[in-house]
Amino acid sequence: MADKKKEFWRWREYNWRDESKDWKSADVITAGVDVGSVSSQAVIMLDGELFAYSNMRTGSDSPDSARKAMSWAMEDTGMTLDDVHYTVGTGYGRVNVPFADRAITEIACHARGGNTMYGPTVRTILDMGGQDCKAIHCDDRGKVSNFLMNDKCAAGTGRGMEVFADLLAVSIEDVGDLSLDVDEEPPPVSSTCVVFAKSEATSLLRNGWSTNRVLAAYCSAMASRVVSLLERIGVEKDFAITGGIAKNRGVVERLERELGLTSLKSKYDTQIAGALGAALFAKALEEKKRAKAV
Amino acid sequence: MITSGIDIGAKFVKVLILKDDEVLCRVQERTGFDPSAAAKRAFAAALSQTGLKEEDIESVYATGAGRKKAPHVHDSITDVGAAAKGIAYLQPSVRTVIDVGGEEGRAVKVSAAGKVEDFAINEQCAAGAGSFTEAIARALEVPLEEFGRLSLQSSATIPMNAQCAVFAESEVVSLVHAKTPKADIARAVHDAIASRIISMVRRVGINNDVALIGGVAFNPGFVDALSRGMETEVVVVEHPDYVGALGAALAARERSK
Amino acid sequence: MKANYGYMDGSGEYFITINTDPCTECTEHPCVAACPVGMLEIIVDDYDDEAAAVKEEHRKKLKYDCAPCKPVAGRSPLPCVTACPQDAISHSW
Repeated sequence: MADKKKEFWRWREYNWRDESKDWKSADVITAGVDVGSVSSQAVIMLDGELFAYSNMRTGSDSPDSARKAMSWAMEDTGMTLDDVHYTVGTGYGRVNVPFADRAITEIACHARGGNTMYGPTVRTILDMGGQDCKAIHCDDRGKVSNFLMNDKCAAGTGRGMEVFADLLAVSIEDVGDLSLDVDEEPPPVSSTCVVFAKSEATSLLRNGWSTNRVLAAYCSAMASRVVSLLERIGVEKDFAITGGIAKNRGVVERLERELGLTSLKSKYDTQIAGALGAALFAKALEEKKRAKAV
Repeated sequence: MITSGIDIGAKFVKVLILKDDEVLCRVQERTGFDPSAAAKRAFAAALSQTGLKEEDIESVYATGAGRKKAPHVHDSITDVGAAAKGIAYLQPSVRTVIDVGGEEGRAVKVSAAGKVEDFAINEQCAAGAGSFTEAIARALEVPLEEFGRLSLQSSATIPMNAQCAVFAESEVVSLVHAKTPKADIARAVHDAIASRIISMVRRVGINNDVALIGGVAFNPGFVDALSRGMETEVVVVEHPDYVGALGAALAARERSK
Repeated sequence: MKANYGYMDGSGEYFITINTDPCTECTEHPCVAACPVGMLEIIVDDYDDEAAAVKEEHRKKLKYDCAPCKPVAGRSPLPCVTACPQDAISHSW
């Protein structure tokens, strides 16, 4: 029997729905679809309230991923695309949601989503995604006043973390907790570049460093790097973190320590911020459309 | 006078022994995780090959990323200085020397007298140096030595969006899934790295003759991409990976007089 | 809104910042023609404002694409920054 090599970088894909809601009695049904380079999410809202969503790995065909994410979110609800009044598409190459009524940038969607997820006091949102890192300043209505995005370099992104999880043969979902299980905080990995950091990590392991210690060194380096990015536009309270890496305690706690700030927590899944914002934009646009038609 | 140059690069340590105008030997060893030990081994091998003893060598200079880790050397010079000295000795017509190693890329403007006039460095980013090509060759499961030749077999230019070695690897996997010929991918990779190096060279100015040194000079695909991109015939000297060590040996000679 | 286009990687931080509030007050946008590489364009953003932006295909290559205006020796004032009447463009490197 062939032994399937464990894919340590693979995180759990899932969907969720609010069983207590009945979409047939909703007035405005909207959807937001965020197709990122690594993950895709679809969010369905009923009158501005979260009803269902999905979170999956983006495949080789983006429009196909958009469709899959959407149908997975609608799974077992009896809902079809025709029942959705307005869909906004976003993400890397946002034109990849063929059934969207409009496309809006991921920056605007993240700000809008963050405003709902964390409340109107949030002013700085850090999104650490699969292949990018975004720093956004917004006002109390979630409108962007300043932004910075880095999607050129793997350092500070989910892909960078996946490379390390794979190197150390640790499940990516365990990286954060393991990195915090060290006797003392080691110095951070000195290379920013993931390729060079990987060589450095290999060298550290040969010098007897434990897996947890190397993870700690890398999470620490990632946190510092992200702080540099944030400091370019400044960090104003309240501060919140979205994206997959927001679930990595090892990076989040070190980030908070370096900034001297605690990030707001939310009952929403941190990976749906973009799609949530898109669905909220969709609601506003649908209502505007209906108001004009009167 | 016999002098020696030790170039401690990220991937290889190169040792060269120079007697007057004759190169007595060239030896290299993988740097591995202990540059100091690798340098010791390479130097010992060089002595053994030439039948010389350490006392016979008047002066030893080091260069390269690991030059501070070289055991028993008299002094060190920068990569930029070594490249300029070495190339001026081998090919005095050169005015621009491009040195691309595993982890760093450098462009040096060289005067007629072989002095450094200006330089630009691509550092700390794998996409700016040889590591980029290596990472993709690995992802495509093509031996690095064949990767360059493979790129020359391509007849199509395909765009490469990723500017990072890690993201490029993912992009290449998608391209392979979409049945893109490996030769075309290889060419896109070579064009991409050449374009980055050329932008860096423009910062010091492209002045003929332009020479390429360092390990990548053995890659015909890269030489071709560079020549096409700069619209000039890039000069590749013999033993391009030893130009740095030669420059260090020459510096050792100059300063020992 | 301050839009920062560009990136940071191991070798440094490379951002072109466009301050869209003063930018929208300008109608001619001389910056677009001033750039010898043609890296700038005028877009309508998510909030329906017309402002200058760095073209998508250049955002991840700023260090390399801006290199012609940033030689090692004898650097002159940047054409895009000089052309802007609103002082809305700045470079981080």
